[in-house]
Amino acid sequence: MIETIESALSFLPLGLVALIIIVGKILVLVLPLMGAVAYLTLAERKVIGYMQVRIGPNRVGPFGLLQPIADAVKLMFKETIFPANANKFLFISAPVLTLAPSLAAWAVVPFDDVLVISNIDATLLYILAMTSLGVYGIIIAGWASNSKYAFLGALRSAAQIVSYEIAMGFALVGVLLAASSLNLGEIVDAQRGDYGVVNWFLIPLFPLFMVYFISGVAETNRAPFDVAEGESEIVGGFHVEYSSMTFSVFFLAEYANMILIALLTSIMFLGGWLSPLNGILPASFLQGEGMLAMLLGDGIHWLLAKTSFFLFLFLWFRATFPRYRYDQIMRLGWKVFIPITIVWLLVVAACVVGKVGPWW
Amino acid sequence: MTVSNISRSKASNRVVIKVPEIKNYTLNFGPQHPSAHGVLRLILEMDGETIVRADPHIGLLHRATEKLAESKPYNQSIPYMDRLDYVSMMCNEHSYVLALEKMLGVEVPIRAQYIRVMFDEITRILNHLMWLGAHALDIGAMTVFLYAFREREDMMDMYEAVSGARMHAAYYRPGGVYRDLPESMPLYEASKWHSQKEVDVKNQNRQGTLLDFIEDFTNRFPACVDEYEVLLTDNRIWKQRTVGIGVVSPERALQLGFTGPMLRGSGIEWDLRKKQPYEIYDQLDFEIPIGATGDSYDRYLVRIEEMRQSNSLIQQCIKWLRVNPGPVMLDDHKLVPPSREHMKDDMESLIHHFKLFTEGYALPEGEVYAAIEHPKGEFGIYLVSDGSNKPFRLKIRAPGFAHISALDEMVRGHMLADVVAIIGTQDIVFGEVDR
Repeated sequence: MIETIESALSFLPLGLVALIIIVGKILVLVLPLMGAVAYLTLAERKVIGYMQVRIGPNRVGPFGLLQPIADAVKLMFKETIFPANANKFLFISAPVLTLAPSLAAWAVVPFDDVLVISNIDATLLYILAMTSLGVYGIIIAGWASNSKYAFLGALRSAAQIVSYEIAMGFALVGVLLAASSLNLGEIVDAQRGDYGVVNWFLIPLFPLFMVYFISGVAETNRAPFDVAEGESEIVGGFHVEYSSMTFSVFFLAEYANMILIALLTSIMFLGGWLSPLNGILPASFLQGEGMLAMLLGDGIHWLLAKTSFFLFLFLWFRATFPRYRYDQIMRLGWKVFIPITIVWLLVVAACVVGKVGPWW
Repeated sequence: MTVSNISRSKASNRVVIKVPEIKNYTLNFGPQHPSAHGVLRLILEMDGETIVRADPHIGLLHRATEKLAESKPYNQSIPYMDRLDYVSMMCNEHSYVLALEKMLGVEVPIRAQYIRVMFDEITRILNHLMWLGAHALDIGAMTVFLYAFREREDMMDMYEAVSGARMHAAYYRPGGVYRDLPESMPLYEASKWHSQKEVDVKNQNRQGTLLDFIEDFTNRFPACVDEYEVLLTDNRIWKQRTVGIGVVSPERALQLGFTGPMLRGSGIEWDLRKKQPYEIYDQLDFEIPIGATGDSYDRYLVRIEEMRQSNSLIQQCIKWLRVNPGPVMLDDHKLVPPSREHMKDDMESLIHHFKLFTEGYALPEGEVYAAIEHPKGEFGIYLVSDGSNKPFRLKIRAPGFAHISALDEMVRGHMLADVVAIIGTQDIVFGEVDR
């Protein structure tokens, strides 16, 4: 498809064609992502609503399907309020600094064997780097707001993200060991095997999977780790002074991060786009051109299904758990997760060397 | 460090660097704060996240109830009582009418006493559900809040069926209760938005009398409490957030004037329903749960168990009320207005009605203190009468006031997040604290 576009644009200078194609790819990724973010907010309100014996939004459009659009329009037309004595430059750059890295991380995420904007070797490193950058936006937001509540939120968030980054990084090292690659596409390929689900890293790396996903929840400031927001304690924390679009940009980033974490968890531990039916159904069902084979065989729909499952977990956690206290989160991160990951790293390394099981 | 902090001392010609002083900072918590339970304003002196001192500022909901009561006949103050602790309305009324009855020396019909006890216990559940929801929400578990409100809805319907108002009932009157329990429950009607089928499901337990409706509720309620407990009691995060938070020793709890679940949570078995039984509590069978360590978790367990006990008390009352019809109000028209029917053809009744609704009734000279076991603690009314139709002085002993006085002591050394947990565990309502 890209070749046809290239040939159609061949009258333009070569550099310009490349630029157009890159921008086009970005749009193809970001627009559906923004749509997913918008509808994730609706899904959250609906799912939590049903869990809490209420209905959730159902007034705007059929089943409330237009609610996210109404919300977006409302937020766009609100006034942006700058707190007195706030540093305006920092105040505005903070949400941008939060959103930009969380979108940039998506550049290397593969959806399929070939469907990826930029297939670089050090994908995992790049993603780690990008997701850690998001904390700057939060710290700057808390500092620039000139409010004690926002400042407390920023402090909490900085400490939290830094500590969970370590547990998360270690968990990723496990994946890297197991797959002997930093490239997400190759990580998925490493989980391909004759036994289907058993070949996924979920089983050999189970502790790391748990640590990674829980750290991901903490990393995205979601309940029960939402101390940086701390609705009932610090009234919204770092974004307490934000309104209108500046406020919604924080939320775009938060939800984009949630989707990213869910997607990465499914790629690294649940075999990404690999079909769970591999090894159960005979191969003739899964390969070929037919509709059924497309549906049952590997493909992006499996990835999306797995991602949706993890996103549902995010919402489920939020409806179920009380919030941790700030110091308890630190304790969980440093005293529980990091030791677990270190021990399991050793185990994984030994297994890889000893070529244990169907995995190595 | 700024340049101004570096100065050259002339005598020694040495550079003296002033190290910036690290100070605690103050945080203004409330009155516009989601966990301020209305209008609590706390001035927190904080060392990082740790509380060094908490200074509660009260009075933002002061409505001069005590003063207003001095300027109107006794009966007209009953609705003010509803508005004191606005989540346990009938209990407030109860204390006030008890004070009046004690002063007048009247004996309330036994059926009215049962109805009062039943509604006191319904109110206790109503209050504890509100507390549970708000406490859990403060700690971050929001689902419990909505579950609690699901049950509160039914209890509000009970209030409405019996008094016509969902919150501010004004149902207890000196001499009994306003009217007997209704023989039918109001039903939902089908509308553009709710089909007949939906409405029929909602009306299923409303076919019989109010007592049937309440009984149906009491049969369902223990399972509901189990549901809240599943979400909280053994939840590790919930335990981490409440165990060891806001510990009050039994001695200290007594010294601070704690009452109700706050005192019982510290392990002191004190309940006015048992120790100074009023109405017919001495004929009912119930137990007083007490805590062991005096922390927020114990107080949580105490209140949860109190809900179960209240449920059983309601069931006992229903059993009695079903088989014992009778008057629910004194037959003394110097105190109780005559029926409308009598007023139409009876001169005497008309005069009584006129006198009661213009002048009211006078209490004998003297003073009285009447207290009940309110869901939050000991709620007392101290009344001084000069023999006229208005109180000379009315003093309300609100349990929440003593509890919030201890807030500073309870939160010292804890973290900011624990402050909201402790405000939650104290079950503060500003209607009664500020009065």
